[in-house]
Amino acid sequence: MRAPLSWLKSFTPLPAEPTERDTVLELGAELDALGLVVEGMEFVGEGLDDVIVSQVLDISPIEGADRIRRVVVDVGGGRTTEVVCGAWNFEAGDVVPFIPAGGELPGGLRIERRTMRGVTSNGMLCSPRELALADDHAGLMILARPGAGNAPGVELGMPLAEHLAIGRDVVFDLAVEANRPDCLSILGIARDLAAHYGLPLEVPVPYLAEVLPPASELASVSVEAPELCLRLTGRVLTGVTIVPSPPAVQRRLTLAGMRPINCAVDASNYVMLELGQPTHPYDLDRLGGRGLVARAARPGESLVTLDGETRLLGTRPARDSLAMSALDCLVCNARDVPVGIGGVMGGASSEIAADTTAILLEAALFLPVAVGRTARWLGLRTEASVRFERGVDPEGVERASLRVCELMVEAATAAGVAPPGLARGLLDDAPVGFERTRLSLRPQRANALLGTDLRAIDMVSLLEPIGYVVAGDRESATAPIELTIPPWRPDVSREVDIIEDVARTFGYQKITRTERRSPYVGRLDRVQLLRRQLRRVLTGLGAHEAWTGSIVDPAEQARAHLGEGLVRLANPMVAEESGLRAGLLGGLMAALRHNSGHRHPWLRLFEIGDVFFMSPTPGDGGGEPVVRPHEREHMALVLAREGDDAASAVQAWRVIADSLGIVGIDLVQSEPDLEQRGALTGLHLARSARLFVATGPGAARRCPGDTAGVPGPTGDCGSGTLVGSVGEVEPEVIEAFGLPHERIGWLEVNLKGLACSPRKAPLARPVSRYPSSDVDLAFTLDESVPAIRVEETLRQAATELCESVELFDVYRGSGLPSGSRSLAYRLRFCALDHTLTDGEVAQLRRRCIDAVEEALPARLRG
Amino acid sequence: MARESEASPDATLRAAPFGAAELADAQSEALTRIEAATDLASLEEAERQAVGKRSHFAGLYQQLRAFEPSERKDAGQRLQKVRRRLDEAITAKRAELTAAERVGRLAADRLDLTEVLPAARQGHLHLVTRVREELEDVFVGMGYEIAEGPEIETDWYNFQALNIPVDHPARSSVDTFFVEAAEAETLLLRTHTSPVQIHLLERRELPIYAVVPGLVYRRDTPDATHLPAFHQLEGLVVDRGVSFGDLAGTIETFVHAIFGETVRSRLRPAYFPFTEPSAEFEISCMICDGSGCRTCAGTGWIELGGCGMVHPAVFEATDVDPEEWTGFAFGFGIDRLAIMRHGIADLRSFIENDVRFLEQF
Repeated sequence: MRAPLSWLKSFTPLPAEPTERDTVLELGAELDALGLVVEGMEFVGEGLDDVIVSQVLDISPIEGADRIRRVVVDVGGGRTTEVVCGAWNFEAGDVVPFIPAGGELPGGLRIERRTMRGVTSNGMLCSPRELALADDHAGLMILARPGAGNAPGVELGMPLAEHLAIGRDVVFDLAVEANRPDCLSILGIARDLAAHYGLPLEVPVPYLAEVLPPASELASVSVEAPELCLRLTGRVLTGVTIVPSPPAVQRRLTLAGMRPINCAVDASNYVMLELGQPTHPYDLDRLGGRGLVARAARPGESLVTLDGETRLLGTRPARDSLAMSALDCLVCNARDVPVGIGGVMGGASSEIAADTTAILLEAALFLPVAVGRTARWLGLRTEASVRFERGVDPEGVERASLRVCELMVEAATAAGVAPPGLARGLLDDAPVGFERTRLSLRPQRANALLGTDLRAIDMVSLLEPIGYVVAGDRESATAPIELTIPPWRPDVSREVDIIEDVARTFGYQKITRTERRSPYVGRLDRVQLLRRQLRRVLTGLGAHEAWTGSIVDPAEQARAHLGEGLVRLANPMVAEESGLRAGLLGGLMAALRHNSGHRHPWLRLFEIGDVFFMSPTPGDGGGEPVVRPHEREHMALVLAREGDDAASAVQAWRVIADSLGIVGIDLVQSEPDLEQRGALTGLHLARSARLFVATGPGAARRCPGDTAGVPGPTGDCGSGTLVGSVGEVEPEVIEAFGLPHERIGWLEVNLKGLACSPRKAPLARPVSRYPSSDVDLAFTLDESVPAIRVEETLRQAATELCESVELFDVYRGSGLPSGSRSLAYRLRFCALDHTLTDGEVAQLRRRCIDAVEEALPARLRG
Repeated sequence: MARESEASPDATLRAAPFGAAELADAQSEALTRIEAATDLASLEEAERQAVGKRSHFAGLYQQLRAFEPSERKDAGQRLQKVRRRLDEAITAKRAELTAAERVGRLAADRLDLTEVLPAARQGHLHLVTRVREELEDVFVGMGYEIAEGPEIETDWYNFQALNIPVDHPARSSVDTFFVEAAEAETLLLRTHTSPVQIHLLERRELPIYAVVPGLVYRRDTPDATHLPAFHQLEGLVVDRGVSFGDLAGTIETFVHAIFGETVRSRLRPAYFPFTEPSAEFEISCMICDGSGCRTCAGTGWIELGGCGMVHPAVFEATDVDPEEWTGFAFGFGIDRLAIMRHGIADLRSFIENDVRFLEQF
């Protein structure tokens, strides 16, 4: 909302002058403190001091120049001067602004005397834009066109600002919050300011004599849809002459950001800005049926609005949940032909034109939600719709429409034409009456909520100036204060809204700050701790943390083989951002691609974030399960340094498991199978494995539940749950992302699954003080037998005397049967209470060999 | 020490039977030899020559026997004194040479520490994570729990329970992403972290002291200052007798904890459907300390976030008695805080994941 200071001051004598910058800045600060945030302040009318009014006497061509002409102007006081001008929109006799050489334009540009092609230019004739008065730069600003001779009412040589009656002014650009529709008007802003400064507020009461015949003989109004339109009123003006508005009106409209059009449209816009009530003037003769009807649009009805667009109403696509209440309010003429969209925009057919002589002025109350709905549906938010959507003053309708008529009479008078006649009587159909809201305010409640110590009488004195009316006892300290809410405050619907007004008018900054201590000990929960630990381990592994978007391009996901079955957005902005990621592979591969494109391909990156998938959930009331989108938090690590591969990924996983003390997750590698990819989508089938929570009694920990206690899909944790995958990215995916890597390692886990997985026992294991003995064993075994089986068997056989089992060599090649390899393990033995004897060690060695050879198709390598 | 004795020869030696001069000469010769040693081997040689069995000095000891017993004692003492002098010189020299030799050995082992090849580097946390964790720590220190909630929400949690019914004008100011579901517009990507307020009020024992960090989504075209997904931090306190003054005080407390004691905060009226009274909170500009600069658009204040007293309608939607319990909520953008602090020109740097950017933090 753009509010010119001069306009505000027409309601209340604010202590600010455009010429005194400090007073203006102070007023701006007070507006901020009232919640009317000043987003901009424009000082206008400055810099016009050197510009005067002149009249063109003669225009002549300059030899050899076809873009500029020599112009002689009368600058008053019997003096004439010569300028070179490049504009073509004027003729001899026109009254135009002139700035003599040596003067400065607004913005500080200094005009110098110049000579062009032998002609001296002693100044400049100005366009509206050059004078910062309007955006028009098509030609000179034409102040009057009286033809040859004297222009009536024009004093040549007079300062332009004086001629235009445009003193200096300041325009405040205010951000008005959605709950303050009253401040979408100059009056509303002035009211808040007057109350704040303790100044009187003068609200204009329009008055106009009425003429016969009565309006009811000329037109009619009726509301057929009280669920959309609460009240429809009309006034009829006859004998109208369409003239431009007086300069003062045009000037205020321009400052407020609206373009002056003609006296009728300007009057309507002016009143909307001034009082907040939108109105609409119809050309009564072009209206068709001489009357207005507010009714619901029928499905498929359309209308060409003032802006020339065809608008389709009364219908919605099926996916719009508002379909059931898809009701748009149409204003129709008496023959049921649509002539306007209620509260949004008028129709083109009955627009005010230069030859309009009779006007039917609509002033109505449309239902806020209906206007908002229609404006959203049409994508057409107008000055009127914004005001109706938030709520206009239901008691201000008549005043506003009378004020429009008054302004039109003033415009006619100023232009020297016959004023229009206002037909007697207000056409009015108000099926839904308005009653002011009454609420009570408990002073103790207000003080408790605000932390203040205000007396009831203090609160009353804060509320009365902004329009609250107090009923009954205003002195009692404890009794609730009975209040009638100002009609222009639809936002005040309960006690707490009044409390906010008390706080606002008292001043937020004056409320004493107090300390409130939490009775709890703050700490992170299990998943939050895990997340932090994971991040530290991952950065320790050299990985940078990435943030890739959760809204993804399905085509990009397809490159990572994750394009199937994505959760989709119903209203994406572009097709490239229409899915929700089902895994982190696509995003991290794209991040690698970005860096690769900037010559940094050798990287490790990780990300922790939610992924989305379709999953069955019990229906309402425990009915049939419905498949609905769900989400789960994942951590993924992509290993793309030189030499990184599936082995690096497994090593990274071991470091993570070790640092987190996770002991109960099995790495399960199955036979490569294209049909059974599951968690291995996008991964190398023969070089990847799934991670499962180990099965067995008491393996998994109790599930910690979601932090905010939101139930997620089942099967996220517990023994036997799939918690992730580790291995290598499928070569085809690497290629699809255009990366130079031969191999890229990958690890992805479900964070909650990880949080619920078994951890190392918290009890310390004593460390032996006796010397230990190492036993190295190498076994030859078939490629089909996983090494983990050997290790597990060794651990079992080696008893608790075994401190560690470590694979230290893998050999393939000559001396071994084809299709097999040799795995060499080092076992370290020691006892807590003595040094192991050679005999004991030999016995353990034998046990281990026998166990492996017995359990597996493996032979000790000689 | 050896030089000192050279410079002031002992006067008593003059009376010595083998002549003061002789003894002084022997001492100074031996000292010169010791001093001349350049390594431990030559020092050993010097020692042998000075005080060894065949040294001139050893000869003087031999001569003692020939002296009168009355003179022997005195001569012996003088001789002994010289001997001590020489031993001291040798010990000192040995220490000096030993040290020099160690230095030499290490010097030969020199490594230019600036020619070291780069090793695998430590990874860096995302800047947003750093700021988020820092904020979390401040609130954990204040006794708040960190609460979280899902990013896919229902209309109820994101809007209706927060006093934003269907057709509420506040809905049109926020452009929402809806998720395809059986029933249109029932599931959406949360547009703020406030739905977690509802989850907390529904499921937690009162009182509640919690902050909620997390990703939120708005249908904004990405540009330098907008991303369709960004991080917010929301705070919720519900207890008996919580007041607007408590809210202002709490904001002041965490503003000090996060930005430093010199930064001030202030509240000014605003509107949010789920709080009443509502406020924007601002902090004094860290760049110009409140005197006005480009960062704060000359106002001296930077808008940080929104806050207010929990609206009774929110309590009613979650079956909490607004007469018994009151509370406040606040929220602000984590990413915005990060770009402000680190002078980041374009928010999109956060999702580009360029290693040259990531490594800076």
